[in-house]
Amino acid sequence: MRYSSSLLAAVIILSAWAAALAQGRTYQLGTTPTEEEIKTRDIAISPDGKELPPGSGTAKEGATIFAQKCAACHGPNGNGGGLARGIVPLGNAKPVKIGFSLVPYATTVWDFINRAMPQSKPGSLTADEVYAATAYVLYRNEVIKETDVLDAKSLPKVRMPNRDNFIPAQPGWKPGEKRPFGYYP
Amino acid sequence: MASHSDRRRFLKRGGALASFVIGTVRSLRGQTPAREAILKDSLAYGQPSPFDNTIRRTLGQATAISDTALTTPLQDLDGIITPSGLHFLMDHVKGVPDIDSKQHRLLVHGMVDHPLIYTMDELKRLPSVSRIYFLECNANNRPIRGPNGESVQNVHGRTSCSEWTGVLLSALLNECGVQKEASWIVAEGSDANKYTMSIPLAKAMDDILVAYAQNGEPVRPQQGYPLRLVVPGWEAIRSVKWLSRIKVVDQPYMAWHESGNNADTIPNGKGLWYRFEVGPNSVITRPSGGQRLPGRGFYEITGLAWTGGGAVTKVEVSVDGGRSYKEAALQQPVHRFAHTRFRFPWAWNGEETVLQSRCTDERGEVQPTVAEAAKNLGVPPDYFYQADHFNGVQPWKVNRDGSVQNALFL
Ligand code: HEC
Repeated sequence: MRYSSSLLAAVIILSAWAAALAQGRTYQLGTTPTEEEIKTRDIAISPDGKELPPGSGTAKEGATIFAQKCAACHGPNGNGGGLARGIVPLGNAKPVKIGFSLVPYATTVWDFINRAMPQSKPGSLTADEVYAATAYVLYRNEVIKETDVLDAKSLPKVRMPNRDNFIPAQPGWKPGEKRPFGYYP
Repeated sequence: MASHSDRRRFLKRGGALASFVIGTVRSLRGQTPAREAILKDSLAYGQPSPFDNTIRRTLGQATAISDTALTTPLQDLDGIITPSGLHFLMDHVKGVPDIDSKQHRLLVHGMVDHPLIYTMDELKRLPSVSRIYFLECNANNRPIRGPNGESVQNVHGRTSCSEWTGVLLSALLNECGVQKEASWIVAEGSDANKYTMSIPLAKAMDDILVAYAQNGEPVRPQQGYPLRLVVPGWEAIRSVKWLSRIKVVDQPYMAWHESGNNADTIPNGKGLWYRFEVGPNSVITRPSGGQRLPGRGFYEITGLAWTGGGAVTKVEVSVDGGRSYKEAALQQPVHRFAHTRFRFPWAWNGEETVLQSRCTDERGEVQPTVAEAAKNLGVPPDYFYQADHFNGVQPWKVNRDGSVQNALFL
């Protein structure tokens, strides 16, 4: 009898502790996601590429994918079609051109193709296809060679042409301080 | 979807006006089912007068309405609140998603002690605040030439101001326990493209809202139903709509829409990735481009001022093309990071003149003219023709016949 009631108390304490873990600290609301739930949604790729999934691809493979899944909108050679502008120069439609792609990291290109392309069916590409399509886009922008293999290791190391032509973002900025770069211009 | 009901409302206010008025007086019977539904709709949710034509427009087009870019009719509005149905829309995500709020979840994870998932009901149980904030697109106020530069709606119509209600992002982050090394957050929407933005943690812990209501009712689908970020004073591209994920991280992630084309390029060859706050800005909304004064005599000049620096402290109006300025009256109370209404008495003598306003904010920053901005940057004024992030003074020329036109590049 004594034994079982202390067991019960232990169970109550344990489950209260688990509930506290599963909820916010002050208001005790919300539930704890499973590892799996987080993993499937954790798709944003940082410049160091730590979230990149396994897989690989080259521009050669990417050319085939591009013809099948991208050319309808971006034109046969990626020079623009009826539905979207070309992929060269990448992310650059500025009045004052600083030349070439304005995208600072190759991981940004992977991330965008992975989350948003093909626009008719975003999220439908396999990791290998995204590596290959990214390789093709970068090759067409003369950033990498046709045979370069892109994967979780090599992609973050690709140097985009305007990588150093930007004033870096300043994480040290504090609210209430003057804007880091002053008001425009 | 929202675009559908907008189209419907537009149609109703166009050709079908007369029959609409008669239809409500007669019984609903004998109407086609579609018409019956429209009429029931308009009773269940009140509609503006059919004689009124205060509507959003697509940039540069007098009548056609598009569901990807809609501008607020600033010239037709009063006070500081933008009615939700007239809030501007710039669609980066190609389509407003249809989201069932019962199914919607917000995941907060990354560099936190315990990640959490919230339902909408759970979020609404948390302590909430209501605050009046403007949202302005970074491409607003481009000094545009030609037909697109003719009205204040076209040039400045991508800023709107609402009372937003929601939970402070800092409260959610505190619930999860942010780790010491964290310095940024990545916010993601649940639209088809999963629109993503990076924001410094310092701002997230300061005043960012996770908003579920706009002007007293659930946030409209075009503005992010059921949940969105509202980042006070910052370019609206950071106020992620349809918010479903926040990851606490230690660096900016340089997502597509925050790098590349949304970065600024400046003439010395360097670019700026993050603009953050919008500069001090103001514009006269009446009289403004495309309007016509019926004759000489008294007119109250009115307009809006706003700044990412906090509160607007002064708006000055010039009725002689910038040679002299006098202080305008500000509608009280002035809210920080909100549209501020200014009013200024004026009697028109029938002669040609130029009207313009300039804003000063709580930090003492002053809105520049295009000439001043060009001089600072060492570029010809033309440079701003297509530039984003512009906050220059807007001159409106009043001609002898009473017509008003954009005088920026005259
Ligand atoms: C249904 C039409 C469509 C298809 C198919 C499509 N895209 Fe796109 N793509 C677009 C549109 C529209 C944009 C502009 C999107 C934006 O700015 O948000 C775009 C933008 C891009 C960009 C950025 C271009 C730039 O410089 O701004 C890249 C890279 C890209 N797509 C790659 C691809 C790849 C790779 C595929 C095939 C796997 C693909 N797209 C398939 C319509 C399409």
